[in-house]
Amino acid sequence: MDFALTQDQKMVRDMVREFAEKELEPIAAEIDESREFPTASLKKMAGLGLMGVVIPEKYGGAGLDFTTLAIICEEISRVCASHGVITAVNNSLCAYPIYHFGTEEQRRQYLPDLCSGKKFGAIGITEANAGSDPAGMETTAVDKGDHYVLNGTKAWITNGTDAGTFVIFAYTDPEQRHKGMSAFIVDKDFEGFSVGKHENLMGIRATGNCELIMDECIVPKENLLGEEGGGFKVVMHTLDVSRIDIGAQGVGISQGALDASIKYAKERVQFGKPIAEFEMIQDMIAQMSAQTDAARLLVYRAGSMKDAGAKRFTREAAIAKYFAAETVVAVARMAVQIHGGNGYSKEYAVERMYRDAKIIEIYEGTSEIQKIVIARNALR
Amino acid sequence: MNIVVCVKQVPETAEADLKIAAGGKGIVEEGLALQINESDNYALEEALLITEEHDGDITIMTLGHESSEEVLRMSMAKGAGTAVRVADPAFDGGDAIATATALAAALKDVEYDLVLTGCMASDDGATQVGVALAELLDIPHATYVTEVEVGSGEVTVGRELEGGLIEKLTIKLPCVLGIQTGINEPRYASIMGIARASKREIELKSAGDMGLDASSVGAAGSGTVLEELTFPPVGEGADILEGTPSEASGKLADILKEKGFV
Repeated sequence: MDFALTQDQKMVRDMVREFAEKELEPIAAEIDESREFPTASLKKMAGLGLMGVVIPEKYGGAGLDFTTLAIICEEISRVCASHGVITAVNNSLCAYPIYHFGTEEQRRQYLPDLCSGKKFGAIGITEANAGSDPAGMETTAVDKGDHYVLNGTKAWITNGTDAGTFVIFAYTDPEQRHKGMSAFIVDKDFEGFSVGKHENLMGIRATGNCELIMDECIVPKENLLGEEGGGFKVVMHTLDVSRIDIGAQGVGISQGALDASIKYAKERVQFGKPIAEFEMIQDMIAQMSAQTDAARLLVYRAGSMKDAGAKRFTREAAIAKYFAAETVVAVARMAVQIHGGNGYSKEYAVERMYRDAKIIEIYEGTSEIQKIVIARNALR
Repeated sequence: MNIVVCVKQVPETAEADLKIAAGGKGIVEEGLALQINESDNYALEEALLITEEHDGDITIMTLGHESSEEVLRMSMAKGAGTAVRVADPAFDGGDAIATATALAAALKDVEYDLVLTGCMASDDGATQVGVALAELLDIPHATYVTEVEVGSGEVTVGRELEGGLIEKLTIKLPCVLGIQTGINEPRYASIMGIARASKREIELKSAGDMGLDASSVGAAGSGTVLEELTFPPVGEGADILEGTPSEASGKLADILKEKGFV
């Protein structure tokens, strides 16, 4: 068993780390405060291939593997969790399902712009009354011959304010429950589509999180993604993939909080010596180090299973995401504790990381949902 | 316009806690990130910009151990066509002249119009390899170069002098230019470039391959010998600038100006 990254993965990590430290870290606090969607830096990232990591080159992507995508999400989140989740959503929640479930025409029409940064991507599953229970969604799509008409409102949509391409889920046959759900590719310019309230979040604040409103929204027949009634399958498979990247986001925030804490503990002097010399600080540094490493290995395991062509990696993706979420909340809390009063101030990045960390336990399936998935697999 | 860029892999030390290794002749490199020397990165970018405008190929070359191949691959990922690692245990411990001797030998089989190096390596700060290389190749050179304009059979370069002066020189090709940081904005390698570069070969050149006598390179061929590395003694403490913020910042600006930092 080899725990080492490949040469390519290591080089990608080194490049992304340098890029993130030089280009993203300096703006992370500013966009957290302003909530401004960081279009300029995202376009630079797209130029480096970071918006279409697993998409084949013939559609404008980089054609690399899922472990590499996880490493990229991790390194970006280490300095800025907002950029981290925007990257994860564009790659694995929008471009990936269009590639995996889309027709050749759909791939050719939508993927090049998502990979090049000409357009950003988002996904619309969640609604006000359908969070952990996506089958409870109320959005409908009615077949009108050459087009569908969609009605409903999606909630908490990352990238929503600035995305151009959306994968939207709606019931084509509400009677059939989850077997009546379908997926659609929706352009922001489609008649009847609009962006609603821009949310004012606790963390990941620069992610354009908003409502999406479809009011008699006209979607051409050819924009059905996958089969009619196949939407639930698209949701479940897409979430398995994206949970790897959200786990990676948790690992990245944890590593950033740990790095900041190590630096601070060596510099901060109390009782005549650096606080790093006190065993209670060392206890926290040790826990943070061990948990972050463990979460990273679980994320890489899930990524490498997907890369090896495993048909099912639901359990491993859920374990990685669950453990990374528990880890990042604990690690960020200890990072603030090590920083003391300074950690409670916006002058220090760990204050932002503490707020960013919490979302990992909530989106892409709460920790409670992950535990249900894990237990069902264990008790099968 | 074919360009050879000579680069060096160095440990990132700007933010690191440095420790002197046992024996006192080096630093503990364990845990330090290894990367392309800063001004070499600008030299590579300048080569990429020149070949984008005037065509031609870039050969990236280093003298170093196997770990330095990442620097070569990253350079290929950005657009260098050929990579050469001058590699032989005989090269270990060489000073600037011994290193330049090995690089000059490696350049014998390469067609080039221009050789670019960084103006200074951040680890030893010797600033000599580019100059020595030009002397050994018997071609002209300039260093601390902050502007390059390619003409016909010549380049016009600007050099940064003390006091903010820029010296303009016209130099006949082929020549060696030592590139100063800040001349351009180095790009990042795309991940597509990284994936392509990893499949490419790196040419290895040993002392024997290049017909070099082991006594002319490495520690054996060096006129200078590193005796000891030390940290400077800790000074008397800091100057505290008194006054309102605007008074204190005025005093700080005066000190920075006086010391030549701005």
